[in-house]
Amino acid sequence: MIRPIPPGTRDVLPDEMRELRAIESALLGAFEAAGFREVRTPTLEYAGALELGDGRSADAAYRFFDERGELLALRTDMTIPIARLVADRFGEVEPPHRLSYIANAYRAVTPQRGELREFGQAGVELIGSPGPEGTAEVVELLDRALAAVGLDESVIGLGEDGIWTALLEDSGAGPETIERTSELLVSHDLVGVEVALRESGLDAAVVEQAVRLTQMRGGSEVVEQARGFGGERFAATLDRLVATFQAISARSVSRRVQLDLGMLREIGYYSGSTIEVYDATVGEIIGGGGRYDDLMSKFGMDLPAAGFTLYIERIHKAQLERGGGSRRAGGGADV
Amino acid sequence: MFDELRKPGGKLKLAVPRGALLEETLDLLDQIGIETREVRGDSRSLVFDGGELMLVTMRPSDVPTYVSAGAADVGITGKDVLLEQEDRPVFELVDLGIGRCRMVLATQKGDVAPSEHQRRLGMMKIATKYRRIAETYFAERGRQVELVEVKGSIELAPLVGLADGIVDLVATGRTLVENNLEVREEIVTCTARLVANRVSYKIRSAEVDSLAERLRAVVSRGAEGAS
Repeated sequence: MIRPIPPGTRDVLPDEMRELRAIESALLGAFEAAGFREVRTPTLEYAGALELGDGRSADAAYRFFDERGELLALRTDMTIPIARLVADRFGEVEPPHRLSYIANAYRAVTPQRGELREFGQAGVELIGSPGPEGTAEVVELLDRALAAVGLDESVIGLGEDGIWTALLEDSGAGPETIERTSELLVSHDLVGVEVALRESGLDAAVVEQAVRLTQMRGGSEVVEQARGFGGERFAATLDRLVATFQAISARSVSRRVQLDLGMLREIGYYSGSTIEVYDATVGEIIGGGGRYDDLMSKFGMDLPAAGFTLYIERIHKAQLERGGGSRRAGGGADV
Repeated sequence: MFDELRKPGGKLKLAVPRGALLEETLDLLDQIGIETREVRGDSRSLVFDGGELMLVTMRPSDVPTYVSAGAADVGITGKDVLLEQEDRPVFELVDLGIGRCRMVLATQKGDVAPSEHQRRLGMMKIATKYRRIAETYFAERGRQVELVEVKGSIELAPLVGLADGIVDLVATGRTLVENNLEVREEIVTCTARLVANRVSYKIRSAEVDSLAERLRAVVSRGAEGAS
């Protein structure tokens, strides 16, 4: 008789375990070398603490009561638990705080999609260091971490939260149009964005600018193309992105950075820079992150913050695909 | 050719929908210089070398599956399929204007209007292949329905009393007429879309943009010619 395990979870056998551990220790090595010290937080938290961080992203799929009737939840990522940890334990410590983690997180899955209910994350949080320098430090470390696991061709997408809203506000769009088009942009429906803009009654020239913005991704030339769009708010937001990119360039890691003016991430606590990590061998992002300058204050400590996380199983998949040949042997990683 | 399919950085793979959309899709591809003769032939092969692109043929409803997983970089499929599989994230790039059809609520001729039926009984039984679209449509309007999912000819369901009405895709409406059904409410108009994998869209931006740009140009030329 076979005793099944829940869909979206997996047993890891020795060969693959060795490969996953190698990834984890390479990443930890990179984090430590950059002065980021590893921490661990409980897998279970009070649901209320997770919700404090962000109602939407902390919408934990797995909740249950403890023996006293308190509502507990499995964490959906590590950013919020670490924000809680820093706020409650590092009050007397001089910032910035440089922390790293290797941990499993838990999310709901759609059946039969090969999605993971329990998945490994390796990442860092830099708390107390504002942009653009703090962001550049995080991106530099991300570059080193990718190099440490042999992903020299992976691309770091860099966006700026608020750029879409700024352009539309400058163009005189109402809050409803901004909300509607933002939703469509988050779901990557660029056709829908264009239709919604046209139906909103905005000027044709404005619509064209906005549509072009959603498609702008590449090197520093995209900034030049977007110069002159919108008005003051847009210019200020674009300047923030340029400042971040310059700080990254000063650290000589801009080579794999793609500026992305159309990036809008779903997770609610981001503000300022947003980061996505891509590799040609994996059809999904292999990592993500950004700035979340307003998150810490929700835990009573007003500090700017930034970080990234890498999805360990997807890093493993990218390694296998890049290595070639071992696909069958490592097929279990195809998740 | 089979090696090309697994090579990162090889030719872009385009998921091409077999079935009703195939002819019009290939006509569009011809106009931007893609080689489609082999696909049009009676080969049993599923994969074709289209010159600058690899053409991977499949059922339209499988296109989001392949593209969202990155097994195909770009693809063409109907908006109805995309709406029904909203949870598979893909970039929707160009409205290709082909394969135009309507998602409708239809009931038997002579029946009272669905809204009246619902007012009296509080609930309708609706047969459909498009569970998500139907669910969203009725839920957004606060209308209670019981959905019956069927796979084959949906028009049969109200005729034999399985359901009060159907939510289905209609191109000419002939099938409805021949089965004594009529359109009561229009839910959404659907055309074919060019979609892209979210990673391919970012890291192969030049190729994806070039493809989208040329298709957009052909589509708008076609629209001008038609008007």
